[in-house]
Amino acid sequence: MTGGTADLLDACDLARSYMIRRGLLGRSTAVRAVDGVSLKLARGETLGLVGESGCGKSTTARLVLGIEPPDEGVVRFDGAAMPRSGTSAWATLRRRMQMVYQDPLQALDKRLTIGTQIAEPLDIHRIGTPAEREQRVAAVMAEVGLQPHHAGRHPQSLSGGQRQRAVIARALVTNPDLLVCDEPISALDVSIQALVLNLLMDLQERSGMGMLFVSHDLRAVRQISHRVAVMYLGRIVEEGEPDAVLHEPAHPYTQALVSAIPHPGKTASRVILQGDPPNPANRPTGCAFHPRCPVATATCRTETPDLKPRASDGRRVACHVAHGEASSARAPASLETC
Amino acid sequence: MVDTTSSSATTGGSLMARFLSRFGSTNRMPILIVIAILWLVLMLAIALSADLISPYRFTQMDLRNRLSLPVFMGGSWAHVLGTDELGRDVLSRLITSIRMSLLIAFGATIIGAVIGVTLGFVAAHFRGLIEQAVLALVDFSAAIPFLVLALAVLAFFGNSLVLFVCLLGFHAWERYARIARGLAISGKMHGYAAAVHQLGASPWRLYGRHILPNIASTLIVSMTLAFPEIILLESGLSFLGLGIQPPDTSLGNMVGFGREYLSSAPWIMLAPAFVITVTALCVSLLGDWLRDRLDPTLS
Repeated sequence: MTGGTADLLDACDLARSYMIRRGLLGRSTAVRAVDGVSLKLARGETLGLVGESGCGKSTTARLVLGIEPPDEGVVRFDGAAMPRSGTSAWATLRRRMQMVYQDPLQALDKRLTIGTQIAEPLDIHRIGTPAEREQRVAAVMAEVGLQPHHAGRHPQSLSGGQRQRAVIARALVTNPDLLVCDEPISALDVSIQALVLNLLMDLQERSGMGMLFVSHDLRAVRQISHRVAVMYLGRIVEEGEPDAVLHEPAHPYTQALVSAIPHPGKTASRVILQGDPPNPANRPTGCAFHPRCPVATATCRTETPDLKPRASDGRRVACHVAHGEASSARAPASLETC
Repeated sequence: MVDTTSSSATTGGSLMARFLSRFGSTNRMPILIVIAILWLVLMLAIALSADLISPYRFTQMDLRNRLSLPVFMGGSWAHVLGTDELGRDVLSRLITSIRMSLLIAFGATIIGAVIGVTLGFVAAHFRGLIEQAVLALVDFSAAIPFLVLALAVLAFFGNSLVLFVCLLGFHAWERYARIARGLAISGKMHGYAAAVHQLGASPWRLYGRHILPNIASTLIVSMTLAFPEIILLESGLSFLGLGIQPPDTSLGNMVGFGREYLSSAPWIMLAPAFVITVTALCVSLLGDWLRDRLDPTLS
């Protein structure tokens, strides 16, 4: 379609609400899981998306893939708007955008062999002759580090790392342009996490695909990403180079996240957030983070900060204090809206 | 009857056993399952070769030998299982009845499963209004006593074999529909089906290749439960005079007419009753075993 200079993925102001109902006769209320998220991703680039559970990371991943339609906003893939989920245009696009799941055992069909499942995208999109498909499956299995004899095995007779390799192989078999990884390593053993991360980095370097890496593991995101975006309550609060963001976080929420990374032998002061993560059904006014923010000011309670580049270094951050628009007098966080 | 068919049954049985042993080569088949398979193969062989092996025509009357005793009660070899009140050979009638009842039970079970699973998948796929409509049908079907429905249909449309089989097929469809819908929705929400959908698979592939095999074990068990029920239902309806009409005969029909002679000539009723019981038991045993065997997640 368009040339390689255009963004591979351009998501603009995505919003998605779910209706929930409390109690038998309770009124159903809308929960804005994702609220105005914009993302850009170029070919060969990895964007890390971090945040605590329930902040809308996985919903963003599904919106980006078009599995769910956004309530507001547009997703453009390679310059063209995303077709509706379930249409044939959408199905055809699947060969160019694939997903790696958190729990590989759930994502695989227990009744089919690994080889059959890796070949499935080729069968679905009618790519190649049966002999070519077999070759391609063998090649992609070797690429992700599976032995040829694994092809005849069922998922439950493989180890966790091997299953995730199989899921990755299935995602890569059509040579996609975009790979969305939704917490791909959080269900794995620590020893295997590093192997899978390295595998993903190698594969991306070789194929030059764009990758959206969703995780709550800051160190994994830092290792794999070219850019990192921090999400809080359905919004991106900070975005920038991973080293810069994680060394010198500008947003108070990122500061708290970064200070929670354990460092052996280092007793740096840890920012401990007050209160629970707020309920997305009952969003605080102004900056969503202000009830837990150690530096919140009166402005933060009333005005929602925009995500915009900071004057000093151009880091994109959504915080009145970081932009110097509000005095950063250290005030105790109020808990009234929790 | 065993004399005439045992050779074909054993060869068929060993073939079947070899075929089935491919599902689980590690441990041997339990002896009960071997017996169940042999019995069902025997029933199938009888049903297929009914015209060749029955010693008399099932309507042929031998008025001089009415209510003659079976061999094991001291009767003559001319009528191995005795004769009924009209002098018709019980063995010949039993053979014809087995064919009729198996046809009805297999046909109705398969019709019920196909209709139920299809509607269940339709409900799970489209959700919304279509799902509500299917669920309303399911509740409607579960709420009406089947016998009343059967009476109404047979009274209005008359009785033919095809209609009768289709009618019995509607007996348990709502069970399959509920199972198929529930399992398909839970599979679609998270896990393999969502992953296959994201791969770009068509609904046909998703439901046919992934969801159906994954829920097949539950459906097979449900079918093996429905199969004996349908045999019994057919017996009940035939007994009421709504099912298979004389001169045609079925197992239930034989039991129904034999009831009048229960005290004086029990063999008329006991032979078909025995076949009904053993066949239903064998299908249940085999279904339970197949479920375990066909499921690679059970080791």
